[in-house]
Amino acid sequence: MGLSPKTSEKIAFSLLILATLTVTGFVLIILAYIILNGYGAISIEFLTQMPNRMMTAGGIYPAIVGTIALITGSMLVALPVGIMAAIYLNEYAGESRTTWLIEMAINNLAGTPSVVFGLFGLALFVKYFGFGPSILSASLTLALLILPVIIRATEEALLTVPNEYRESSLALGVSKWQTIRYAVLPAAIPGVVTGSVLSIGRVAGETAPILFTGAVYFLPRMPDSIYSQFMALPYHLFVLSTAGTNVSETRPIQYGTALVLLIIVLGLNLVAVLIRRHYRNKLKI
Amino acid sequence: MFSRNSKEKGIESVLFVISTLTVAILFLICLFLFRDGLLLFKETSLLDFLTGKFWYPTSVNEQFGLVPLFLGSLLVTVGAILFSVPLGVASAIYISEIAHPKVADFLKPFIEILAGVPSVVYGFFGLVVLVPLMQETFNLPTGQTALTGSIMLGIMALPTIVTISEDAISSVPGTLRQGSLALGATRWQTIYKVIIPAAISGISAAVMLGVGRAIGETMVVLMVTGNAAIIPSFPGGFLDPVRTMTATIALEMGEVPQGSDHFHALFAVGSVLFIITFLVNLVADSIKKKYRFKVS
Repeated sequence: MGLSPKTSEKIAFSLLILATLTVTGFVLIILAYIILNGYGAISIEFLTQMPNRMMTAGGIYPAIVGTIALITGSMLVALPVGIMAAIYLNEYAGESRTTWLIEMAINNLAGTPSVVFGLFGLALFVKYFGFGPSILSASLTLALLILPVIIRATEEALLTVPNEYRESSLALGVSKWQTIRYAVLPAAIPGVVTGSVLSIGRVAGETAPILFTGAVYFLPRMPDSIYSQFMALPYHLFVLSTAGTNVSETRPIQYGTALVLLIIVLGLNLVAVLIRRHYRNKLKI
Repeated sequence: MFSRNSKEKGIESVLFVISTLTVAILFLICLFLFRDGLLLFKETSLLDFLTGKFWYPTSVNEQFGLVPLFLGSLLVTVGAILFSVPLGVASAIYISEIAHPKVADFLKPFIEILAGVPSVVYGFFGLVVLVPLMQETFNLPTGQTALTGSIMLGIMALPTIVTISEDAISSVPGTLRQGSLALGATRWQTIYKVIIPAAISGISAAVMLGVGRAIGETMVVLMVTGNAAIIPSFPGGFLDPVRTMTATIALEMGEVPQGSDHFHALFAVGSVLFIITFLVNLVADSIKKKYRFKVS
């Protein structure tokens, strides 16, 4: 190249800035587009009413309730299991074949496509356990999907707790479990909360795992047990925009649903980032 | 004392059993996918499935050929990677090496938040904005093409690639940087001759994880690629509709009678998808291990 090092540096840096601007530009365009088109559709009625006139009017209340049910169900299962697994891995497990196997399993669960979880949920929960297409089957499927996220987040949180916490507690004659319970876990809580909040966002936004495990396009009445089928925000958006009875007439409702979903998920992610930032340097001794 | 000890032992055992649940889940996923998937091979031979050129699940002479679906996934993924790797790695370099720390502190969470946008929202955006745009720009019968899918998938994979590459680049020891600058190299020469080679395995791991994410993604491709199960040509096929493995499962599973050949064929496709992402993760993992060793 015939360029002087200074000139080529200038060109390279400009290209790097351009790339970063492009990436952030994508984000801003997508967010702005959904917000500008969706915000006109959102009202109290939109959030609290049943759909009406073949989905072309009314609200998305049942889809919001369904999504909340899925979040509750999957977190009830994944949170305790994930936290306990992470405690074992970080506080007890030594280097062994079993530990390696567990770590490998977690990595692979994290990388398994969500539609494969959907197939698995259909085969195991819907068919084999006979839960049918239901809130229960879908929540359990989603719980498996977020389990690796919660384990990883909790492990990371436990890692940042300085060893002095453990040593000083053990030196006082406190047992190992009590040390973990009263000295280590409380210090790791912010990290665990961050991970949980991110997983809630994930549950709220996932579509593929609930396609065959119980999500429906329309419910004549609200679900009344964990064995009921349900509506959910992401599935609602998917069906309305691709296969709905009248794709163009339901457009405003699609934008509104997309915005509600985006607000829930991005709001949760923002909370997670803020919690992490707030507690980042609090544990240093 | 004895009872305290046995209580401690008890707790440890419970925690151990719970952590082995992860292995059990992975095992059950294999078992249930492969069990239903393998039933297909009572009717169709494995070779016919892997090399079959036609996916006609509902015709009288039903045919379950994986090739069009596999190539569909491959085409869309390759396009997404070609588009998102240069952009993602460049942004990662900018954020960790050039940007003012305050700017970086703002950009990093901003891009992480992007990782949380649900895929169905990307799919929806692609459907209402990018699909009509593609149709007009290239004067096509439909804007639902492989390229549309690649672009949306690329945007989706960006946060993964940026965040992990950024981690790899910022974990390059400062001494390497200072040594190079002290020898009179410019910052850019330092970046591309010292920092990038030192971080290359971390960056490759980021790319592999991006690939894994793109192959396994369902909703975006389902909504914007048109879902025509034909073998795509290359590179002209980028402007034709394609059908990926994930989209096929999502599209057809709702309507097949349980226990039919078609049902088993979809589980067989799911098994292939699972094996592919399993291998991709394994590669990413081993690259990452190598790179950890190098830096420490």
